[in-house]
Amino acid sequence: MGIEVVVEGLTKSFGRHVVWQDISLSLPAGEVSVMLGPSGTGKTVFLKSLVGLIRPDRGQVLVDGIDIAHCSERKLYAARKLFGVMFQDGALFGSLNLFDNIAFPLREHTKYTEAEIRRIVLEKMEMVGLAGDGHKFPGEISGGMRKRAGLARALVLDPQVILCDEPDSGLDPVRTAYLSQLLIDLNAEIDATILIVTHDIQIARTVPDNIGMLFRGNLIMFGPREVLLTSANPVITQFVNGRRAGPIGMSEEKDATTLALEEARDGAASQELPALVPQLDPSPGMPERQAAKRRRARVMSMLHTLPVPAQEAIVSSLGAGSQPVPTEPDDWQEPAGRTEPDDWQEPDDDTTEPDDWQEPDDDTTEPDDWQEPDDDTTEPDDWQEPDDRPGRWPSHWPGGPR
Amino acid sequence: MTTQQTPAPGGAQEPPLPGTGQVPGAGALRQTGKLFALAASVLWLSFKRPFQARELIEQFWFIASVTILPSMLVSIPFGAVITLQVGSLTQQLGAESFTGAASVLAVVQQASPLIVALLIAGAGGSAICADIGSRTIREEMEAMEVMGVSPIQRLIVPRVMAASLVAVLLNGLVSVVGVLGGYFFFVYLQHGTPGAFLASFSSLAQLPDLYISEIKALIFGFIAGVVAAHRGLNPRPGPKGVGEAVNQSVVISFLLLFFVNLILTAIYLKIVPPKG
Repeated sequence: MGIEVVVEGLTKSFGRHVVWQDISLSLPAGEVSVMLGPSGTGKTVFLKSLVGLIRPDRGQVLVDGIDIAHCSERKLYAARKLFGVMFQDGALFGSLNLFDNIAFPLREHTKYTEAEIRRIVLEKMEMVGLAGDGHKFPGEISGGMRKRAGLARALVLDPQVILCDEPDSGLDPVRTAYLSQLLIDLNAEIDATILIVTHDIQIARTVPDNIGMLFRGNLIMFGPREVLLTSANPVITQFVNGRRAGPIGMSEEKDATTLALEEARDGAASQELPALVPQLDPSPGMPERQAAKRRRARVMSMLHTLPVPAQEAIVSSLGAGSQPVPTEPDDWQEPAGRTEPDDWQEPDDDTTEPDDWQEPDDDTTEPDDWQEPDDDTTEPDDWQEPDDRPGRWPSHWPGGPR
Repeated sequence: MTTQQTPAPGGAQEPPLPGTGQVPGAGALRQTGKLFALAASVLWLSFKRPFQARELIEQFWFIASVTILPSMLVSIPFGAVITLQVGSLTQQLGAESFTGAASVLAVVQQASPLIVALLIAGAGGSAICADIGSRTIREEMEAMEVMGVSPIQRLIVPRVMAASLVAVLLNGLVSVVGVLGGYFFFVYLQHGTPGAFLASFSSLAQLPDLYISEIKALIFGFIAGVVAAHRGLNPRPGPKGVGEAVNQSVVISFLLLFFVNLILTAIYLKIVPPKG
């Protein structure tokens, strides 16, 4: 199972420019999280500070009990073996071919024989769809292939935490969809904690369990996917819809006057979010995602603290999966802040029936030629009492377990 | 990184964080400190396992192959010029018999280590700097660090070591070729006596001259390697940054070499008593 990454009060600035400040979040163990944000909000810097490539000014990053932000070089190098990082451009070694690139971590850190290394590398290359390309050099292949090779290299040491820096940039939508599926399958298979840094809303809507958003140097939100995807926060609605109208401008900042002008011109922009789409499932043949179970329990225990639309989305998504109805935890308390909105109105009970509704005619429900079935002959002669354990599909029935 | 160019949230109201104040000259001091820190970690990691023997041999071969021929071609005329100059001077003073000793001292102690160092910095160092620099801007260094492999140990140590070793060996070659060139010009162009040239060797020159020559070559090679690596590891972003870094690495190495040479020579003259 993957390990939890806890970030507390992280602040980083370059000179006088504060990239982001006071970021606190926790990537739950084994779950897939996405960090969204417009270009230039320091998403990559955030990702690099998680692996200690950039030392933050304040705050800590706890991985497996080690504070990545402040530990010694030696501990840092040891801790980094827990990570697999897929860089924006793959960051492959230009002097090595793809096979040697992917084999590099194995040769540096393990005592495998060359035959074992070969087996592992070929397996990972096939996984990312690069089978047979091992002899090519990074300079000879497309950006998408470099990216996938970078992912394969990040995977060879079976990392506990996988960090992906913009897996979508430079990829066509179809390949992005494949890559999204690959990440989910990976999560199902090795149960690693995954963080994807991206500005691709399609990935954000389908892949993660949790979503966070960075904007103007702050973490606007981090939580279960339903919370962000149903949020009414103007930054989030603008970003998710990809609209011009809203607080996000071309140059990262948009001043108040421009915003006011826009609103005056366009009127209040509709704040509707696109419908919540279901999360991707692992491909057939893959094991069930353990993270999904853990997340369900976790989200259920915090359900009462979430905004109402998110609660509804979570409950309805669980309903689709025929989950047990959640019960209130013992220590449940009515949250203090949850009052009814001012514009809420009691529904008018009397008007639920449509005007043109008619009482069905009771007498005519049975067809005239209806006959009482013969009670004695319903069971076939060879009928056997089914195995009465609940939920078990008897093995001799068609479609039963093999 | 694009994030560096975007304005700070809240603009000018942000108080500067400690340690980021702009004192004039602070940048140069910081770079100097980083250079020394890199040199220290290269020395420290040289003795840590695993040792990158393969990389060392490759780099050694590369640096040797790009420096041997040019340094020989430079050292022949250099030895000749010294001999001609010193020879004409000693002729005026009537001390022709010391031409050999003077040219040997000049070639072995001063000219040879400097020629070696200039070629290592110019031919080997610039190539190292360009290689490391382009790897840095392609994030290869970061990728390597993330994989738990120290780029300094894996890439920089073998290069600096190769530069130092090649410098030591090349110094011997350049000394010999330089002295031979001087001898040739003294005997055939100035019609000096071969015996006098050779005999005066031992009258003024001594073994410590050779030692300091090799020590200088070792130190110069190390400096050239570390400066090239340092500039290569800290280029400004983009391909243009790499070009600038190579340029800087050559200029900085040259400046440092001549300065360090001055100090080493002064120390040597203080601690080793002159012969004769």
